[in-house]
Formats: sequence, structure tokens, C-alpha cells
Amino acid sequence: MSWLETVRTAYGALRTRRMRSLLTVLGILIGIAAVMLTVGLGQGAQSKVTDQINKLGSNLLIVTPGSATSSAGVRGGRGTATTLTMDDAAVLADPVAAPDIARVAPTSQSSLSVLAGTANWTTTAVGTTPEWVQVRARSVSEGRFFTAAEVAAESPVVVLGQTTATQLFGVSSGGGLGGRSPVGQLVTLGGQNLTVIGLLTAEGSTAGGDQDDLAVLPQSTYASRLSTTANPRAVSTIYIEGRDQASLSAAYQQTTKILLAAHGVTAATMDFSVSSQQAIVESATTITRVLTVLLAGIAAISLLVGGIGVMNIMLVSVTERVREIGLRKALGATPSVILRQFLVEASMLGLVGGVAGLALGLLGAAVLPGWIGQPVTISPLAAGAALGVSLAIGIGAGVYPASRAARLAPIEALRSE
Amino acid sequence: MTLPEAIFGDQPAYQGVAPDPEPREVLLDLRGVRKTYQSGSLQVDAVRGIDLQVLAGDYVAIMGPSGSGKSTLMHIIGCLDVPTAGSYRLAGVDVAGMGEQELAHVRNQRIGFVFQSFNLLPGLTAQRNVELPLVYAGVSGPERRARARAALDRVGLADRVDHRPNELSGGQQQRVSVARALVTEPDLILADEPTGNLDSASTAEVLALFGDLHDQGRTIVIITHEHDVADQARRVVVMRDGAISEVRV
Ligand SMILES: Nc1ncnc2c1ncn2[C@@H]1O[C@H](COP(=O)(O)OP(=O)(O)O)[C@@H](O)[C@H]1O
Ligand SMILES: [Mg+2]
Repeated sequence: MSWLETVRTAYGALRTRRMRSLLTVLGILIGIAAVMLTVGLGQGAQSKVTDQINKLGSNLLIVTPGSATSSAGVRGGRGTATTLTMDDAAVLADPVAAPDIARVAPTSQSSLSVLAGTANWTTTAVGTTPEWVQVRARSVSEGRFFTAAEVAAESPVVVLGQTTATQLFGVSSGGGLGGRSPVGQLVTLGGQNLTVIGLLTAEGSTAGGDQDDLAVLPQSTYASRLSTTANPRAVSTIYIEGRDQASLSAAYQQTTKILLAAHGVTAATMDFSVSSQQAIVESATTITRVLTVLLAGIAAISLLVGGIGVMNIMLVSVTERVREIGLRKALGATPSVILRQFLVEASMLGLVGGVAGLALGLLGAAVLPGWIGQPVTISPLAAGAALGVSLAIGIGAGVYPASRAARLAPIEALRSE
Repeated sequence: MTLPEAIFGDQPAYQGVAPDPEPREVLLDLRGVRKTYQSGSLQVDAVRGIDLQVLAGDYVAIMGPSGSGKSTLMHIIGCLDVPTAGSYRLAGVDVAGMGEQELAHVRNQRIGFVFQSFNLLPGLTAQRNVELPLVYAGVSGPERRARARAALDRVGLADRVDHRPNELSGGQQQRVSVARALVTEPDLILADEPTGNLDSASTAEVLALFGDLHDQGRTIVIITHEHDVADQARRVVVMRDGAISEVRV
């Protein structure tokens, strides 16, 4: 019996029991679509998190105060200590001591109120150096960033993020559109009058919050006018840009070595910690991956139930069609032909469910992000796997019923009336 | 005259016709065939020690009361079931040595079945039903359709090819199943009470078909209760309690 005939016969059998076949297909359809969407959501969330962290800057190392591994067993919260200073940043920037460090951006920040005319807002004030723009992979959309000379002179200037600018001036970049451009305007940040000299290009939200709600000013200005810490040279974070991806671990070692020496501490009494952007990405993706696996596991159970549905319906079908099987055998169908016919029937149920589930999954991937604001990523690999899995489920669920059909003695089958 | 002699006694001389120019092959050769069913703790001897030889081209009617083992015997002859004891040779080949696959092949190539309850597949048209044995024989589409159409034409149903069984009368359905039985041109046609569910007019039509098939040289074994059917046969085997009680020529 040719494959074409087998498929034709299987199709005929499924069409005869149309409603039942549709319901069985529905079970697979829901399972496949559920798995695809949960995995797609997980992958979407993962790439979103990765994306956001990558936005922090490329080849980034982040030095924060506070001990990550305290031999005394006492662990202050990250950043609670003020052990990092502008001097640390200066030695790290030395190309001889640290050849694999490209740029260093010492940064202090705090939440402050900001006023412009009658508008007021609360934003994150960031005191840093001009290197911050490159290290954090930011750019200026209007005006300019402050210079090293302005840092040295403690100039009262500020660069605003898009969100902050919009909140204060009602317009963001391109102030020509009816409103006043924020550049050149005066704002009052934490009680200090500062002139807006530039606007940062919008970045979007990251794991660390809205990256466009900030006011960046020279570190010296921040330290003398806004900082509440006693030491004016203290900073809360030092951002370091490695020369390239390949030498990042060398940069990491140099950073640790230089700071240990500068602070006069050993690895055991380390009063700072260095983390790489990579490590942050990894820990963040681990969390989303665990969630994805959990959710996909639940969805896979629904797929399994769909598979059991196929097996159930195939068993019912074999029982109902004992006479038909007997007749086919009397007319010359061999056990393997019967086996193949029922396997093809089961795999058709699986595959049709898989194709429909794939279609629903793709539809969901197109529609869902608009509703829930989460990206859904469905890779061609996942789509192919969905079809493969549905076919495998059909075949797997069909094996037992089909072998029962194949083993039926023709005479037993013909007798049952 | 002892019973085995009577069974072997299918000689032209007994029938008063001229001897065949060439001796005919023994198509069915059953010796000491038994079939015992185990139902629960009870053993049922459905067939107990049957010796029967049927020459190619013969027309044998099997009669006997219900439960006498006729269907069981026919299932063994049709390779649908294997004997518990004894030997059965079909065209000289011992069936006991055959596997499921070979048995299926023999059924497909050598035997055409006609059942009392027609056993047509309700979802298929008359044409597709008749095509079934050819599908399992691996005959390709165009040839298969042509042969099925020719077979339906032979049973006078050329105008019913696209009807499904529930759109046909009982007599027509049985003619479809006769077409299905003859479409592979088998040596042997086995019929188990083929007219049991038919009115007299349909019975006459179906019996006429068997008569034609016999005239064309096919071997026919038919189980029946009706004497008109038996009258058409060349030999009548009467069964009682799983054994042959009488053979009429
Ligand atoms: N599968 C079976 N299991 C047990 N007993 C059976 C089975 N098939 C037939 N029999 C018994 O064998 C005997 C012969 O049955 P059968 O050949 O169908 O008779 P007939 O066709 O002459 O009416 C009956 O007594 C019947 O009950
Ligand atoms: Mg019977």
C-alpha cells in the first residue's frame, strides 16, 4: 500500500469523525501555542534584559564601594561605604598602570528635586566627568556635554535626560517645535542654579530604571554644592570602559590590583567590588531563564495532556473500528500496513495540531506585545521544533493504539458484531 | 462406502459428465482439521477432525444447523484462522508454515470473501470499497480504478459506482461485495451465508453471479441454509457438531 493511499485512508477516517478529530487537534494546538508563547515571552524578556544591560555601555566594569567578601563576616550594603574617591579614578585612568582600561568615569548620584520656573520634578543628579558619555555609551542630542575644564572650574552647568527635560519644559529635544528649547535655560537642582547646556539622547528604560530621567553635572560641582558626604572627593561608583571585549578580564585584574594597592587592603579585606557587565547580564538572564523554564514546563504539561488526548482517541478509534480492521485484514492488509495506517492517523492529528498551534503562536507573538508590553520572540528554530514535537507526539501517542490494531486477529475482528 | 471415500469421491463418473481432459489440481486439502476455542475454563470444539478435498473449479455448498462449525471451517479455509490440529494445504502449500504477512498475501491474491452482513466500509463509495483488495495488492491508481469499475460492471452496478453502502439496497450491497471478492481474480471465492439477509429476488441475482463465476472456472465454497442455493452446487457437505455428517453429490 503506497504512502499516498495510506495518507488518503487516514484522512478519510479522520474526516468521518470530524468533530472528534477537531477536538483532539485542539488539545495539541493549545499545547503547542502555549509552549511557544511562554518560551517566546521568556526569550523576549531575556533579550530585553540583556539589551537593557548592554545599554549601560560596552566592555563595562562597575566598581562599587563595600565589601563583597568580608572575612569578618560583616557585609555592608553595596555602596554604603564611601571608600571610592576621585583619586582612585585617577590611578585607574593611568595608561601605564592599567593599559587595558580605556576610560574611567567616577560617578556620584542622589535623588534631588529640580525646578524650572513653576515646573518641579524629582530626578537623579549624577556628578561625573566627561568620560561618562563614552563609558555609558550615551550621546548628546542637543547642545553639548560638559568639558574637563568645566569640571576643573566647578562650572554650574547641567545636561538633562529627555524625561527630565520634558517634565520641566514640556518639550524634549528639538525645542523649536513651538516650545522653548531647554538648552540655555536655568534650572534649580537641589537649591543650586545651573544652566542647561545639553540634552542626552533618549535611551529608554533599563533594569536600573528610566535612563532618561537624570541631570548630569560636573563631579566637582556636584561635590561642592550638592553632596551630603563629608569627603568632597568621594564617589559612589566608578564606571570603567575596557579597551575591548577580549581584554576585559585583564582590565578587571588591573582594576582590582590597583585598587587593592591604593586602599592598602588585601583580597580578604577588600573594601570595594568590581563587577562586569557580563556578570550582571548573566545573573539577570539566569533569573528570566528559570522563570521561562518553569512556565514552559507548565505549558509542556498541557501539550502532554494533548498527546494523551490523541492516544485516547486513537484507542477509542481502534476499539470502534475492530470490524473495519478485520475486514481490511481479510482483504489482504498486513499487520504492518494496519500499523502504518493508524500511526499516520495519529501523526496527522499531531501535525495538524502543530501547524494550527504554530499559527496561533505566531499570531499571539504578533498581537501580545501590544497588549502586555512585553516582547515575544519566536525563532525559526522554535517554530520548527514545535512542528517536530507535535509530529513526535502524534507518532508517540499512536504507537500503542496502532500496534493493538495491527495485532488484532482478523477473525476476532470480523466476529465482533 | 466410508466417509473419507465419499469426500474423495468427487469424480466425474459420479456426476455423469465427461472426464476433464486434464486432471484438475486439488485446491483445498484439509486433513484431520480441528479447531478448539478456549472460552474461560470451557473448551469448545468448534471443528473436530475434518477431512475435505476440493478440486480447482469445484462448487461446494456447506450446510448444517447453526453452531455446527460451518463458519469456523470457512475461516480456516479462508486463512483467517489457523487450525488447532490437522493440516490444511491451499494449492499444495501448507498454511501452518505461513506467517501473518504471508497469510495476508494469500488472502489478498487467492481468496475472495463474501459475508452475510456484506462488510462494506460505510465511509467509502462502492467504487472505493471494490478497490480495497487492489489497494493492498499494490495496484496503482488508474489500473485499480479501471478494474474496480469493470468488476462493478460485471455485477450490474456500473451506474452505482459513486454510491455509498447506505444508498444501496441489501441486494445491491451484496453485489458490491461480490464485485470486491472477484476484483483480484482469485482462485477461490468463499461465501458465508451470502443470501441470509436478502429477499428472494436479490438472492436469485446473487446466486446467478456465483453460477457465472463457477462457469468461468472459479472454485466456490458457499455456506448456506437454503436448499435452492445448495441445488446449484456440485457438491453439498452437511456438517453436524463440528464434523461432516453427509456428503451429497
Ligand atoms: N471465538 C470463539 N470462542 C469460543 N467459541 C467459539 C468461537 N467461535 C465459535 N465458537 C463456537 O464454535 C461453534 C461453531 O461456531 P460457528 O463456526 O460460528 O458455527 P456456524 O457458523 O455453523 O453457526 C459454536 O458452538 C460457537 O459457539
Ligand atoms: Mg456461521
